Amino acid sequence: MFEEFNTINDVTDQIPARPGMNDRIRALREESVSTPTTLSIERALIETSFYKLNEGKYSIPMMRAMNFMEICEKKQIYIGEQELIVGERGEKPKAVYTFPELTCHSEEDLNVLNTREKQRYLISDEDIEAYQREVIPYWTGRSQRDRIFSRVPGEWKVAYESGLFTEFMEQRAPGHTCLDGKIYKKGMLDFKKEIEESIGKLDYFNDPEATDKEEQLRAMSLSCDALIRLGERHAEKAEEMAKQEKNPERVQELIRIAEVCRWVPAHAPRNFREAIQMYWFVHLAVITELNGWDSFNPGHFDQHLAPFYEADIKNGLLTREEAKELLCCFWIKVNNQPAPPKVGITANESGTYNDFTNINIGGVRADGSDGVNEVSYIMLEVIEELHILQPGNSVHISSVTPNRFLHAAINVIRKGHGYPSLFNPDVYIQEMLRSGKSLQDAREGGCSGCIEVGAFGKEAYLLTGYLNVPKILEVTLFNGIDPVTGRKVGIETGDPRHFTSYDKLYEAFYRQLEYIINLKIKVNHYIDRMYARYFPATFLSVITDDCIKKGRDYYNGGPRYNTTYIQCTGLGTITDALSSIKTHVYENKSVSMDLMLHAISDNFKGEEVLRQRILNYTPFFGNDDNKADDIAVRVYNDLFALIDGRPNGKEGGKYHLNMLSTTCHNYFGNVMGASANGRLAGKAISDGTSPSHGADTQGPTAVIRSLGKLDQVKSGGTLLNLRFLPGLLRGDENVAKLGSLIRSYFALGGHHVQFNIVDNATLLAARKNPEDYRDLLVRVAGYSDYFNDLHENLKQEIIDRTENSAF
Amino acid sequence: MAFLFDIKRYSINDGPGVRITVFFKGCPLSCRWCHNPESISCRTEKLYNKNKCIGCGNCIAECPEHALTLSAGEGVVTDFSACVLCGQCVEVCPAKAVEMSGRCFTEEEIMDTILKETHIMDNSGGGVTFSGGEPLMHQKELKQLLIRCGKSGIHRAVDTSGYVQCTIMEEILHYADLFLYDLKHMNSEKHRYWTGVNNDLILKNLRLISDHDKEYQIRIPLIEGVNCDDNNIRETLFFLDGLKNRPTVVGLLPYHNIAVKKFEKLGKRYLENGMQKPSEDRVGRICDLFKQNGFNVNIGG
Repeated sequence: MFEEFNTINDVTDQIPARPGMNDRIRALREESVSTPTTLSIERALIETSFYKLNEGKYSIPMMRAMNFMEICEKKQIYIGEQELIVGERGEKPKAVYTFPELTCHSEEDLNVLNTREKQRYLISDEDIEAYQREVIPYWTGRSQRDRIFSRVPGEWKVAYESGLFTEFMEQRAPGHTCLDGKIYKKGMLDFKKEIEESIGKLDYFNDPEATDKEEQLRAMSLSCDALIRLGERHAEKAEEMAKQEKNPERVQELIRIAEVCRWVPAHAPRNFREAIQMYWFVHLAVITELNGWDSFNPGHFDQHLAPFYEADIKNGLLTREEAKELLCCFWIKVNNQPAPPKVGITANESGTYNDFTNINIGGVRADGSDGVNEVSYIMLEVIEELHILQPGNSVHISSVTPNRFLHAAINVIRKGHGYPSLFNPDVYIQEMLRSGKSLQDAREGGCSGCIEVGAFGKEAYLLTGYLNVPKILEVTLFNGIDPVTGRKVGIETGDPRHFTSYDKLYEAFYRQLEYIINLKIKVNHYIDRMYARYFPATFLSVITDDCIKKGRDYYNGGPRYNTTYIQCTGLGTITDALSSIKTHVYENKSVSMDLMLHAISDNFKGEEVLRQRILNYTPFFGNDDNKADDIAVRVYNDLFALIDGRPNGKEGGKYHLNMLSTTCHNYFGNVMGASANGRLAGKAISDGTSPSHGADTQGPTAVIRSLGKLDQVKSGGTLLNLRFLPGLLRGDENVAKLGSLIRSYFALGGHHVQFNIVDNATLLAARKNPEDYRDLLVRVAGYSDYFNDLHENLKQEIIDRTENSAF
Repeated sequence: MAFLFDIKRYSINDGPGVRITVFFKGCPLSCRWCHNPESISCRTEKLYNKNKCIGCGNCIAECPEHALTLSAGEGVVTDFSACVLCGQCVEVCPAKAVEMSGRCFTEEEIMDTILKETHIMDNSGGGVTFSGGEPLMHQKELKQLLIRCGKSGIHRAVDTSGYVQCTIMEEILHYADLFLYDLKHMNSEKHRYWTGVNNDLILKNLRLISDHDKEYQIRIPLIEGVNCDDNNIRETLFFLDGLKNRPTVVGLLPYHNIAVKKFEKLGKRYLENGMQKPSEDRVGRICDLFKQNGFNVNIGG
């Protein structure tokens, strides 16, 4: 979706139009986009020699903080030409650290990463050798991943390997959180003061944990020092560079960088630029300390920056153009940090450089009023002009959000880069209230990663892995056996050929679901405790309320709210598969269960007539047809019943339901045979809570009404993908019409929607595999039609036409 | 009961806002470029989509009249002289390659579907559009539906050829909020050549709508070789200028031969007979002419 397209044409003498508002931004963007992603072993080397020397000498939290200090003290400092916002995780842009204490990549892993076709991470032979010599021998058997896999029960392992679920925490730290506004009011020195006060209040006489808490708090204080040191080192580097610099303008810029870095992160920022630099240092700290899932996120960045922007503009310290330039610099900084490389199953289910920083734009303020401000509009301009992979971004459209902002966002969406996505604060605030947050905390919260809600700056909301719901039905249909591998992966719920009614089948599915969810939760708890014990996040704890007050780590119940999510994938596929069996086996009785099972086992070989009948005569989810939608609601409610409210062992923390899939629906489809809805073996299952690909044939209003039947407030996020052709969004009038579609979905209780404004590649694929694209609406000439229904010549014409209108 | 061939949701080209369009079957005109040729006949018709057909042969075996044969390259061919439109081939087709176009919908069924779109109609300033075919051929059903929609506060547009008795137009126009009115040719003879009927009634009814201060939009299909010549455009302008009230929008719809496949599905041939896509220049010039005369123009409506 975000592939760079080559705009350079060496035939013309014209300077190619490179995105960016000025030379500086064009150059920085170009560097960010064209620099290949590399692996940096710097962190691993620093950490390994530190651990070799100090293992066992200090408490675990102190070891983590000292290690973090060691990295901040020893890492190479990078300040690029023309940069205004400074700081890289690695030695240079796109250099990604490894985290051997969590997952120690083998020599083979590194070679694969270096040479594979997609999402390559380049590494030199010398570095692989050094890794093999220094890093691998020490961490083998000591890494978190090795420990986890050496202890998980056999039945978990077999279910995991069959693709019934994934496990987020097996190689990346449970991360997934966002920041609120506190770092714009407090510097690291202020946090240190708070930590000292908390230590002062410890009750050594009555609290058996007092000593542990003191260790944790002292480690947190040291983590603040580490970040201050990182800031100072950037100041030193800038001063040193200023001495060497010939260009007087750049000298001034470097001096200014040094001034900013001497002030933040030690102190609270005083202006717009310091605020951005402050956040960036904090971001680097979080993603250097550990490799938490979904990177890190400034949350409502536009709202946090607005007071600085307004004051600076009023006092003549900043122009709108300068503010935009700084935001562009920031955007590029995020793009310079690809996700740490994954291995094994996790690499299959999440093959992307994207580290899922999701900047929330718009939305509501803590008092419920409209949060849109001038910075929000500048951010939309930045997104449109830069169109880079990261950071992800979303607009938050409440009933108090003005249409002007919604339409400005749609104008960016129609450029076809797939963002921003759209969220509904009116629903997600209810979601947070339902799960126990205060009204203010809920309003200050939002969405991060893909679609997950959380109380920003106050909550650990851990994603623990995706659940392959359609595969659980598959296993049920074969009485606990995975038909793809032949292995027993579930419990025996009976041979479905003997089930006398649809309800009996559903009951068996429910029992299987319960078994798998319990298996998942049991191991989640185990892994969760391992992080609490061995890998406290002492820096992240500083900036997450109420870790300082409680003297507890982010992973150990320190945050005010502690949520654990299981992400249930494939609602469309499971609904359609159940609907197919209900309709054809039990209601029309046109197919016996035996035949259905055979057809599924044989991937519908020789049963194309049956498959066509299923595809064309089954009520499918997404068509505003209660026959299918009722099934979706039932499955959704049962997932909720089995997951929501279960204790996660952390200070009253609970499990909640989530419905995202990211790219996991591809992996889950890969490990499945054919399904009863006519889906062929190996094909992707449905994404998020979207209808199965091609199953929705009644247009977008029918889709949103189907989705609206799910009580989305019960979840921690749902996901809807809609596909449109650029032509459908031509002209202001059609922008407003799409706006009203979004407003309608949100009025029906929708949590999230995103639009694929399709490109040529999709159209070509649609022509080749029409069945997968039955829902593709195209604008023809004065009217819209389904792409599939068009004459071949007209398809070609649309393909030719669209390219022009898309970019 | 109303005889329809389709109801389309999220319709964004049939009037203001997002609309739901109800397509009546049957039309007194038979325009050669008709985008919905299945709308012309007042009877049920059989549609066959070769692309969807998997060649299973179920329909051929099932047909009691033996009207179907498999032909290389063309798929299943219907001998329409033998076919009695019993619909058994539709029943047995797993791929929905055969469909019957046109069936009776109850008023309740139609209203239920329309009301499903309440949110989007409210949010977008949209409503319902009755189209066709010619909706005014179904005077009684149309009137009932217009009244029901009016009671529910739904904005009502009627998309018409205008070829209907003036008394019918006079009655219906009280229940509609907006007319989408086609003007195909100002010369009655040429109008008859291309559409099968002359334009007297059409112009008369348009005057009626205008005289009653009813809001209306004009839609002109621009077809090179049919109606794009300066003469016809000038006469169109002249006629519109002479009306008591002007249209709120003039929609210019440049011709495309998109109907080819639909004609094929009906087992009919599409005769282009010199109809051509107008050049961009031509469309631009016509657009400018309308604008210069103070009309609000929309291309590709």
